[in-house]
This record gives sequence, structure tokens and C-alpha cells, in this order.
Amino acid sequence: MRFHLTEEQAAIQEAIAGTLAQTFPMERLHAFADSEDDFDPASWKALMELGLGGLLVPEDAGGVGLTLLDAALASEKVGAAAAPGPIIGQMLTAIAVARSNNAQAKAHLEGLTSGATVASLAFGGEGTPDSWTATPQAGEVRFVQSARAAHLFLLGTPGGGLSLVEAGDGVTITPLKSTDRSRRLSTVAFTGSKAHELFAPGDPFVGKIHDAALVLLAADALGGAQYCVDKTVAYAKEREQFGRPIGSFQGLKHQLAHMALDIEPARAMVWYAAYAHDADLPDAARAAALAKAHLADRFVATTRAAVAAHGGIGYTWEYGLNYWFRRAAFDRAYLGSPARHRARAADMAGW
Amino acid sequence: MDLSYGPEAEAFRTEVRGFLKDAWTPGERRKDELKAFIHEFRAAATGAGYLYRRIPRQYGGSEQPVDVIKAQVIREEFQHARAPAEVGGNGMNMVVPTLLERGTDLQKDLFIQKTVEGDYVWGQGYSEPGSGSDLASVRTKGELNGDHWVINGQKIWTSQGMAATHMFALVRTEPDAPKHDGITYLLLDLNQPGVTRRPIRQMTGQSEFCEFFFDNAIAPVAWQVGERGKGWYVSRTTLKHERAAIGSADGLGNQFAKLVELAQETGRIKDPVIRQTLARIEGYVLSHRYSSFRLFSCAAADEDPGPISLMMKLLLTEVGHEMALLAQELIGEEGLIEPAPPGARGRGPEKWLDQIMGSLGNSIAGGASNIQRNIIAERGLGLPRDMVGGV
Repeated sequence: MRFHLTEEQAAIQEAIAGTLAQTFPMERLHAFADSEDDFDPASWKALMELGLGGLLVPEDAGGVGLTLLDAALASEKVGAAAAPGPIIGQMLTAIAVARSNNAQAKAHLEGLTSGATVASLAFGGEGTPDSWTATPQAGEVRFVQSARAAHLFLLGTPGGGLSLVEAGDGVTITPLKSTDRSRRLSTVAFTGSKAHELFAPGDPFVGKIHDAALVLLAADALGGAQYCVDKTVAYAKEREQFGRPIGSFQGLKHQLAHMALDIEPARAMVWYAAYAHDADLPDAARAAALAKAHLADRFVATTRAAVAAHGGIGYTWEYGLNYWFRRAAFDRAYLGSPARHRARAADMAGW
Repeated sequence: MDLSYGPEAEAFRTEVRGFLKDAWTPGERRKDELKAFIHEFRAAATGAGYLYRRIPRQYGGSEQPVDVIKAQVIREEFQHARAPAEVGGNGMNMVVPTLLERGTDLQKDLFIQKTVEGDYVWGQGYSEPGSGSDLASVRTKGELNGDHWVINGQKIWTSQGMAATHMFALVRTEPDAPKHDGITYLLLDLNQPGVTRRPIRQMTGQSEFCEFFFDNAIAPVAWQVGERGKGWYVSRTTLKHERAAIGSADGLGNQFAKLVELAQETGRIKDPVIRQTLARIEGYVLSHRYSSFRLFSCAAADEDPGPISLMMKLLLTEVGHEMALLAQELIGEEGLIEPAPPGARGRGPEKWLDQIMGSLGNSIAGGASNIQRNIIAERGLGLPRDMVGGV
């Protein structure tokens, strides 16, 4: 029986947080948000050097051979730093390619593992595989992260299949002005693109990849929300009004206690969803749906509470809380809203 | 992560099951006969090392080394076999651990075995009408008279008060000392002329608590636990003795399952609003459940789980409120008559009425919610402390 992190897992998280603190500090986030870029090479390179590209890929296929739980721990720290990634796309494309039987696609595995090849998710529709409509031949997918930097797209195809699409001819990218300035989005149109089918429609592995994406988004939300709690608590200890730190006033104290209460217990929910996925438990898909719904809502609530608790400075652009506020909006809506995943969870429970 | 208990624990589980199969055979026994059998069974289970594991043999325990996994397996198997586990209540949870740590040999001899065997039932004498969250302001007065204390005052919110034979109480013995330093921790016999008890009728209509009036009640000085004037600190050591158990989350999970059943029975389960509300509440229920796994895991590894341990009570309370509100919606007009007509199965609306009101008790008992918020903020987040010295 073990249901808390190992020293090794804590060390991995620390390494990722430390790397991002160096390569993607607030100044870089500001500069990135003010630019038109959809990719940050420096933080990407540093994260890839830690092995995140091949984190889920088995060791005999050249990867690190870790679990979705470890990937979630990584995603959490990426969320805490509001880093652009596309880490979730990279990790999931790498494992999808590694687990496929497509030899041509596997030629990309080394690049995906090292990070030299960048991959992004192109899951369209309304957030579940049954709603995917685009094919490599025709169709478009909105809200694709880092599309201009991506060499590959993990495209969700009709009926719940997965294809690996190569950027270039037959792939047209139209940048969008995204609310989330930490993750720039594009619409990607596919018209006779070069693609390799990884999994045929209906393959059960496709559902698992989708569930994994939900868990990793929940983890991103957890990390972002934890950042907001930490930032707000630190501010409340420093900021003085009426001659005392504002954190000594009970009204604010109780708000902060509730911010923490919203997040800390939810951490175990993310762990469980990842563990259930790794252990192939019968409730894995439902745990993923509920974790995505719960954490997305908590992240939104926490960013709102963080701005409110800060007062004026929290409302400024310069202070930066707005990046997490905006990131929360993305984590909430992307791949299906909380309401949609709760409805799925209700169905899965047979209610 | 690994939610299995491992081969050693599973071998132990087989052993416990074997024991229960042979020893827990209540059959058709009734009343006195059953009571005697339960007594016999507990003695056998203690002899086998399954009950009262932290209590020395000389006081009727089985004196086993600390092993949270084994303790959990025992809890699960006893529950599964519906076999009686340890006698519960304040005596086992608070008095016995305190005496083991701070009591004199005489006190251990007098009280531990009797409590373990269920002969002594303990009421908590902490709260007073004027001392709720500010517990250290207690005013019930103790005056030394030779070899005994003379006690005057009032205690309130004593659970199991009607059944209690004894009380552990915080009594002001040094009126001139600073408030935390003027309290002594006393044990007293409740069946004496100077003690009057009265049940408190709660908003649910039931009476689960008593208030006690002391009019020259007495307690032997030999029953004073710890030093005179240091009772506050003795009572703090007691509060640390909470045991890690995965089962602590089952209550909430079971209640949620019943809520789903209620939605099914009332035909509302297909209502999209109800489905959304249930799934939203389930997010908190699962957070609580998996956090209890986390706490258990940390306890088994002897590691500090961090601030999460301070949050479980408030989380439980808040989720309980959410469930109460949904239950109120689901039982609708049926809740207008008390007792409400029973449901088709499971826990009927009459029980939900109790839960709807009883969930409020959670936000008060054992540290009110605002005190929990202070604890999370101060001890968990490290925010500056209030004037409250005793939290």
C-alpha cells in the first residue's frame, strides 16, 4: 500500500520546477505573452533534456518508461509555471506512436523522445473521441497549441481513431488570438496531408489516450491553482494595511483557507485518476472525467479568489495572475467542459 | 502508487478471517446471552492480538507493535464479518491514551481495564455555556479540600452523557493564573450526590448530549491527571491520538451512495440538473476518499502528510452540507411531515431529515468550522496567528 509520492517523484517535480524557474520566469512569461510566438524554444529544450518527451515511452523503445502518474506530476509543474509546452501533446504523441504498429510513424519516435520533433494534439469536436470529425484528407481542428512550431499532429479521426499527421503540404495553420496567452492556439486545416494511421477508429487505446489527456489537463490545473494559492498566501504575509500583514485578518485568512481546501484534497483525486489509468482499473475513464471536471472548476475558482484576495495589484496585467486566470479558462473548456464530463461520469455510473 | 496491501498483509488477512470464522459465531443468541458471548469474543480477539493493540497486557490489551496496515486489515475483516470491534467512545479514544501517557500507576490500574471492557463509559467535560471555541476560558471551579477536589459549575455538550459513568474534565483550579495555566485535568465519578445531569434536546428533536451541574461534587486528588494547573496541556496530548483509518472516508462514501439511491427512488436521477449536482458533489467525495488513502499511506510510512491532515474535518463538513441541500431537494414535499414517510429502500426520507439537520452538528462539534479555517490558515499556511492561544 502506497498512496503518496516517493522521494524520487518529489525530486522529479523539484527538477522540473527548478528548470522552469530558470528558463521560464515571469519576465519570460511576460515577453512570451506580448509576442506572437506560440512556442518557447529555451524552456522546451530544458524540459526535453530532463526526458519529458519520452517520459511515457518504454525503456526498450528509447524512453524513460515512467507512468501516467509521473507524467501528471510533470504536467502539474508545467501548469504551475504557466509554460507553453506543448508538453501534454508531446508526451501523448510519443506514447501513441510507441504503442502503434505503424513502422513509418515509428521513424519519428526518436525525435519525439528527444524533443527535436515537436508534436501537438489535434483533438477536435466537442471534447470526446465520438465527436471527432477531421481526417488527414479533409477537415479542420480548432484550438491546436503551438501549431506553427509543431512538426507532427496527433489527429483524432472520426469514430475515435488516431493518425499522425506531418506538418507541411496539406496542413494549413491559421493563428487565433487566444485568451490563454501562455498557450497560443491555431486552427489547423487538413487537406490531403501526409499521415500515418496509428489506431483505427474504435481501438480501445484511443479512449485511453483521450482519458490520459484529461488527467494531464487536470494536473495542469492542479499546478496552476497551487501556484495561485502559494502566491496569494505569500502576498498576504507581506502586504500590510492598518499596520498589520493582511494575512492576520480573519476574513482574508478564511478565504485563503478555503483556497487551500479547494486544492489540496483534490491533489489525491488527480493521483488516483492517474494511478487508475496506469493500473487499468475499471473506473479509470470515469476517474479521469471527474478529475478533469473537478480540477478545472477548482482552478477557475482559485484564480478568481486569488485576484480578489490580492486587491488592486492582482487586477493589473503586470502582476501576472491574469496568465493563470486565462490558463484556467483554457483548461476548463478544452477537451470538454466540466458539465460535459460530469454528464459522461453520470452515464458511466449507470445513473 | 499501489492500493494493494501487499502479500504479507494478505496472509495476515487470511489468518484474521480464519479466526473470525471460528470465534465469531453469535448464532441465535439473544440479549444477555449475546452480551456474554460478545464479552468472551472480545477477550479471545484480544488474546489473538487483534483488539486493543496499543494497550499493555497488564491492562487488558494485546500490546502489539504499531502496524497501521495490520490494524486496517483487522478493521476491514471485523467489519466484513460484522464482528464487534473495540469498545468505542471517548474512553477508548481519549481517556485511555491520555492515561497511558500521563496517568499514574494507580489511575491506569483503576480505569484502563474497566474502560476497555466497557464497564466505564466516559463523558467529556470540556465545553461550558460560556466556553465554546474559547475552551481555555472554562470557569467550572475546583477547590482543594484535603485529599479531594470540590467541584462547582457546569459542563455542556457531553455526548453519551446519559450513559456515562465517569467524566474527564477541565476544571479551573488556579483562578489567578493566566487562563491556560490555571486548569487541572480531573477524573470524576458521575454517580454521586453533587452531580445532576440533564439531556439537551437538539434541533433534530433527539437528545444525544447532556449538560452536567456540579454542586460540591468531589474528585480524589489521586484522580488528577498530570500536574495541578497543567490540565490544558494534558488535554492537548489527548487530541493527538487520532488513528489513521481508510474507513474514516467510508462514511462519506456510503452517504453519497445513499444519496444516489434516493435520487433513483424519487425518480429524479434522469434529471440533468440532479445528475450534474451529484457528479459535482462526487468530486469532493472522491477528493476526501483519496486524501484519506494519502493520510493512511503516510501514517504507514511514518511520514508527515502536511497540511492535508488539517483539512479533512472541514472538507467533510462542507460536503455534508452540499449533500444535505441536494437531499432536501430530492425528498421535496415528503420532508414536510415529521417523521417523513419511509422510502422504498435504503435510508428513507425520515433519515434524510435527520441528516439535513444533523449535518449542521458537524460544523460545530469537535472544533467549529471557523476554528478549522483558523487552523488551516495558521498551522497549514503559516499565516500570522490570531489572539487565540489555544487553537
